[in-house]
Amino acid sequence: MSHPTPVAPRTGTYATGVPSPPPGAADAAPALAVDGLVKAYHGTTVVDDLTLSAERGQVTCLLGPNGAGKTTTVEICQGLRRADRGRVRVLGLDPVADGPRLRPRIGVMLQEGGLPPGARAGDVLTHLARLHANPQPPRALLDLLDLGRQARTTVRRLSGGERTRLAFAAALVGRPEFVFLDEPTAGLDPRGRHAVGEIVTALRADGVTVLLSTHQMDEAERLADEIVIVDRGTVVARGTPGELTAGGDGRLRFTARPGLDLSGLHTALPSVITVSEVAPGHYLARCPQVTDLGPQVIATVATWCSEQGVNPEGLAVQRRTLEDVFLDLTGRTLR
Amino acid sequence: MSADTTGDVPGTDPTAEGPTGASGRPEPAGPGAGATPDHDVPGHDVPGHDAPGPVRSGSFVPAPAPAPAPLRALAQAAFDTRVHLANGEQVLLTVILPALALIILTETHVPALGSGRRVDLAVPGVLALAILSTAFTGQAIGTAFDRRHGVLRLLAVTPLGRTGLLAGRVLAVLGLELLQLGLLGGLGLALGWHPDPAGLPTAVLAGLLGTTAFVALGLLLAGTVRAEAVLALANLIWVLLLVGGGVLIPPDLLGRFGALAGYLPSGALADVLRGALGSGGTDGPALLVLAGWAVVGTAAAARWFRWD
Repeated sequence: MSHPTPVAPRTGTYATGVPSPPPGAADAAPALAVDGLVKAYHGTTVVDDLTLSAERGQVTCLLGPNGAGKTTTVEICQGLRRADRGRVRVLGLDPVADGPRLRPRIGVMLQEGGLPPGARAGDVLTHLARLHANPQPPRALLDLLDLGRQARTTVRRLSGGERTRLAFAAALVGRPEFVFLDEPTAGLDPRGRHAVGEIVTALRADGVTVLLSTHQMDEAERLADEIVIVDRGTVVARGTPGELTAGGDGRLRFTARPGLDLSGLHTALPSVITVSEVAPGHYLARCPQVTDLGPQVIATVATWCSEQGVNPEGLAVQRRTLEDVFLDLTGRTLR
Repeated sequence: MSADTTGDVPGTDPTAEGPTGASGRPEPAGPGAGATPDHDVPGHDVPGHDAPGPVRSGSFVPAPAPAPAPLRALAQAAFDTRVHLANGEQVLLTVILPALALIILTETHVPALGSGRRVDLAVPGVLALAILSTAFTGQAIGTAFDRRHGVLRLLAVTPLGRTGLLAGRVLAVLGLELLQLGLLGGLGLALGWHPDPAGLPTAVLAGLLGTTAFVALGLLLAGTVRAEAVLALANLIWVLLLVGGGVLIPPDLLGRFGALAGYLPSGALADVLRGALGSGGTDGPALLVLAGWAVVGTAAAARWFRWD
C-alpha cells in the first residue's frame, strides 16, 4: 500500500520550483506510520517487529526504559538510519528516499543536542534558521526559551538546561509540522521542565505533531494524548494515559492514630474491600477493581473516622501509575 | 483558532508569506506564517488561554519551507568558516605556522631547497603546506569533533542534509584556502616571489586536486576513528608530511625517502606547484599521482565514513 505522493525530486533540486503536493494528498496520511520495523546492530536485535502510529496534531509519547529501542526507532523515522525490515512513513513520506522533501517539514531535538560547542548560541540558531526560507526569528525564539541573555555565550559554556533549551529551539526554528523530541527535559530544573511542558502544549494547540520519547512517566502522563510503551524493541501497550492506567486494583490510604479497631469499618464498607493497618498508623483499604472505590467509600471511611474521633490524614484513592502498568506488562520497572 | 491569536505573538510574522508562497512549500496547512490557520485540529483548538507566560498558541503554526539548496550550502560554508576562524589552534595551524615557515625558509639558508631563488622555491611549498593544513588536518579535526558531538547528525536532519553539509564543508575549505593564498601569496610577493604566470592554470588544477584528495583523506580519518585519536593523528601526520612528505623540501632532496615522498599527495602537490609557479611547466606524473589520491580517497571516504 502506498500513499499518493508526487514523484520525489532529487537532492539539491528541491527548493527551486518543485510543485507542492496537491492539497490533501499527503494530508490523508497519518503523521507517522511504522509497520513491522526491525533493526539489528551486529546481530543484536534492537527493534523487533515494532508497529506504531501517531496522529496529526497530537502529542504521542514513546515511553520505555533505556535501551528499549526508542532512540533507534526515532532515528529511523528521521532518516538517520535505515531499517532492516518494515515500512516507515512520516507525513506520508519515506524518510530515506524522500528525505529531501521530508527534512524541511520536521524539527528534531537530538538527545545529545548536536550543537557545536565552539559556536555561540545565537549563531547556531541563526545558522539553522538560514537553512529555511521562512524561519522563526532566532532572537524571538531565544527569548521565548529564556535564552535571550545567552545569545553570545558559546554552547560549551551553557548550563545543561540552557543547552537543552537551545536544542529545543533548534527543533522549532523551521516552523515544522512534526517535531521529534528525544528526552527533552533531561538535565532541566523544575522551571525548565515547566517551560518545555508549556511549549509542547503550545505546539499541540497550533496543530504541530509531536513525538516525544522519554522514560519519565510524569512527563508522559502530563503531556501525551497517546502513550506507546516500548520494551525490548517492541510495543507492549498503547493508549491514552487514562486508558492505560484505568482498571487494576483500587487502593485507599490514610494515616491516623495507630491501633484503631477496624472491625466497625469492615462492617460499614462493601464486602469486596479489605482494610488493614499496614504499618503503625498507616491504613490501607484494597479492592480488586479501582472502580469499586467511589465517593461513597470515601464518605464511609470519613464518617467512621469521625465516629472514632480521628482525622484521616492524607486520605487518597490511588490509581495505577504508568509504572504499575509497565511492571504488570513486563515484570520489570521502567527505570 | 482565529487569525488574531497569531498576529501578536513572538515568532510570528504575518507579513512573511511572500517568500513562503514563492518557494513551493509542501505544507498542507494555510498559506503563510501568520495567515489564518484554518486547518482543523479536532479537539485541540484552545485559542488564547492555553498557556500562561510568553508561550502562546499561534507561535508555532507550521509553515515549513527550505531555503534554496545553494543558499543552504553557502550558509553552512559561512558558519564553518566563522567557527574555524574563532578557533585559535586552527588559525595557528592554517595561517601562522605556514607564514612562519615561509619567512624562515626565505630569510635563512637552511635547509637546502635546490637550485634557484629560495623564495621562488619556498612559496609553492608553503602553499602546499597551507592546503594540507586546511583541507586535511583542520578538516579532519573539526569534522571528528562535530561527529562526536552529534553536529553531523543534527545537520543531516535539517534541510541541509548530508549532501549539503559536504558541499558546505568543501566550500568552506576552498574559501579558507583563498584567504591563505591571499595572505601567504601576498607575504611571498613582499619577500620577492616571482611566480611564472604561465603555470597558473596548472597550479589551480593541482590545488583543486590536492584539496579533493586531502579533504577526502581527512574525512576518512574523521569518520572512522574517535575524535581524540583524530586530533593526535591528524597533527602527527601534518608534522611527518612537513618534514618528510616533500612539502617544503622537494622529494629529490630527501635522499632515501624521496622516492616515497613523490608518491604522497603532499609531495606530488608541492612538486606540481613548484614546477608550475617556478618555470611554468607541468609535472604530468605528479599530477597523475595527485588525481589518483583524489579518486581513491573519495571512494574510501564514501565507503567507510560513519556519521555517528
